[in-house]
Amino acid sequence: MQITIRLTALLLLGLLQINYVMADQDAATNMLADTCVACHGKDGNSVGPAIPSLAGMSPNYLMGAMLAYKYDDDEDKLDSVIESDTDFEDIEAFPRYSTIMGRLAKGYTEEEIKLIAHYFSSETPVRPTQAFDSTNAAQGKKLHDKYCEKCHEDEGRLADDDTGVLAGQWKPFFLYSMSDFKQGHRAMPKKMKKKLDEMAETDGPEAIEKLADYYSSITE
Amino acid sequence: MKKLNRRDFIKLGGGSIVAGTAGVSIPNIAIGATKKVVVIGGGAGGAVAAKYIRKADSSIDVTLIETNKDYHTCFMSNEVIGGNRKIETIRHSYEGIKKHGINVVHSKATNVDIDDKMVTTESGDSFAYDRLVVSPGISFKWGSVEGYDEAASEIMPHAWKAGSQTSLLRKQIESMKDGGLVIIAPPANPFRCPPGPYERVCQIAHYLKHNKPKSKILVLDAKDKFSKQGLFTQGWKARYDGMIDWVPAADTGGGITSVDPSNMTVNTDFDEYKADVVNLIPPQSAGTIAIAAGLTDDSGWCPVDLGTFESKIHAGVHVIGDASIATGMPKSGYAANSQAKVCAAAIVASLNDHEMADPSYVNTCYSLVAPDYGISVAAVYRLAEDRSKIAKVAGGLTPGDASADALQREVQYAYSWYDNIVADMFG
Repeated sequence: MQITIRLTALLLLGLLQINYVMADQDAATNMLADTCVACHGKDGNSVGPAIPSLAGMSPNYLMGAMLAYKYDDDEDKLDSVIESDTDFEDIEAFPRYSTIMGRLAKGYTEEEIKLIAHYFSSETPVRPTQAFDSTNAAQGKKLHDKYCEKCHEDEGRLADDDTGVLAGQWKPFFLYSMSDFKQGHRAMPKKMKKKLDEMAETDGPEAIEKLADYYSSITE
Repeated sequence: MKKLNRRDFIKLGGGSIVAGTAGVSIPNIAIGATKKVVVIGGGAGGAVAAKYIRKADSSIDVTLIETNKDYHTCFMSNEVIGGNRKIETIRHSYEGIKKHGINVVHSKATNVDIDDKMVTTESGDSFAYDRLVVSPGISFKWGSVEGYDEAASEIMPHAWKAGSQTSLLRKQIESMKDGGLVIIAPPANPFRCPPGPYERVCQIAHYLKHNKPKSKILVLDAKDKFSKQGLFTQGWKARYDGMIDWVPAADTGGGITSVDPSNMTVNTDFDEYKADVVNLIPPQSAGTIAIAAGLTDDSGWCPVDLGTFESKIHAGVHVIGDASIATGMPKSGYAANSQAKVCAAAIVASLNDHEMADPSYVNTCYSLVAPDYGISVAAVYRLAEDRSKIAKVAGGLTPGDASADALQREVQYAYSWYDNIVADMFG
């Protein structure tokens, strides 16, 4: 709702040709977010399949990821942020494997990370058209309903409870993430681990690929 | 007649107000309070600056002057040379840029009148500006290697500006016999894309290994060390062992001093080498318009304020990307992108008479050792308090003990990096 109002206001301003001068806070946020978008895409909607889209993720999810990258495996530091910052709630952040994000995140302060997180969180996800196997996707939907929908609500569109947005997320990125979860390179909540173990046992390792095809098939 | 056609084209393109009769050019004169920004050069820096100025303040009239109707990115051009990618995939048009209300003029900027704040193009048109952004990339110091001029580069390509030179080098590598020798000659610092020559070594080696395995690559460097050296050396050993011989400047008395394209020889102070393909990357300076406009110092590059990229020589003119002396940052595509955004913020703030946000800069640079082997360097920078440098506050290289899976992911990240940075420039 908030996003809609903001966009409408901007549109009106544009039509009336009123010079839109950014508030200081916005300017500072844009300065930071601008350094991200050359890799993560306009408004955090990546057009490259290995790099995740950030648009519409919850602020807490994005902060958790960035703080995990920033503090590597120093859980005490994260705990102290959680204690001192009422905006930030504990999520299963450690460990979080990366190639370059661990190198970059250390260059931002906690306050800056918060601005960046809120910026991308307020953007609307654009779900790309991806190639997918439709038989797999149909089976993936059933798997999603059975194992994932309870937390990743509305076919994985919602970012409530700080779950990752799965609907329309890039397939290679999704598969990297699942591989990281499986190998213990990325933390997950206990209930997620339980569901994944259950799924692996009942539906085999190919279940992940089917889920990937399902989420790739969602474009709206 | 040609002139009228071109004007019609400009009118269609961006609603520019160029007017005049044949043979007489009337400059773009600022109407009322409309602020005008002219950007020279539509590459990794200029295209982004133009776009982000419009994005932050759509009341600013932005004209982008770029010689080429299509732009070939230097990034990923080494993959074209290695044959893993077609040249079309690194070719981009300016149609997306025009959609942001940017007036795109395809001509060569030939003169900047600093006092009158006016840019003149080869076609004879003039463009008034309140602020000018100069993002011309590099020019080559022809003749600094004896015998290496523009004509020589048609025989011994530099391929250090992407496009026809890229295709030429690819063709030469492709038609070379098995057992041939390729000489690659990287220049001394500073130059565009510090890891670029060594990624090129990898890409050519990859092609040769699978197609002409008896061939060799000799790297006659004008330096004793180079970007990502440990990682490249490790990659060469892992994938192309015995194919690549890198010779530091110390062993040749400073690298190549002269060339003779007529018999495909290159000379150092000590030796003469004959090769089947010579890729000589010549010493460089800022793009020619930056030199013509008096924006360069004795080094051949442009001194700027590091927080705004405004020239230290001429006020009101900003220089970004490879042409600038961005102390602390490498001459890379992502650095140019990042500088362009800082520069855009500075210009918008200045034209609206408010303070700009504290600048923040990033560089992310991938190099492809093989189709399943990528390495990277990434860093976050802030302006030093005394504005003397763009100081790295975090960052680093791919670790030397990275797993095969990590190296493979870095290739995929490199491709996605490319998709996103190109969309940021031209989308």
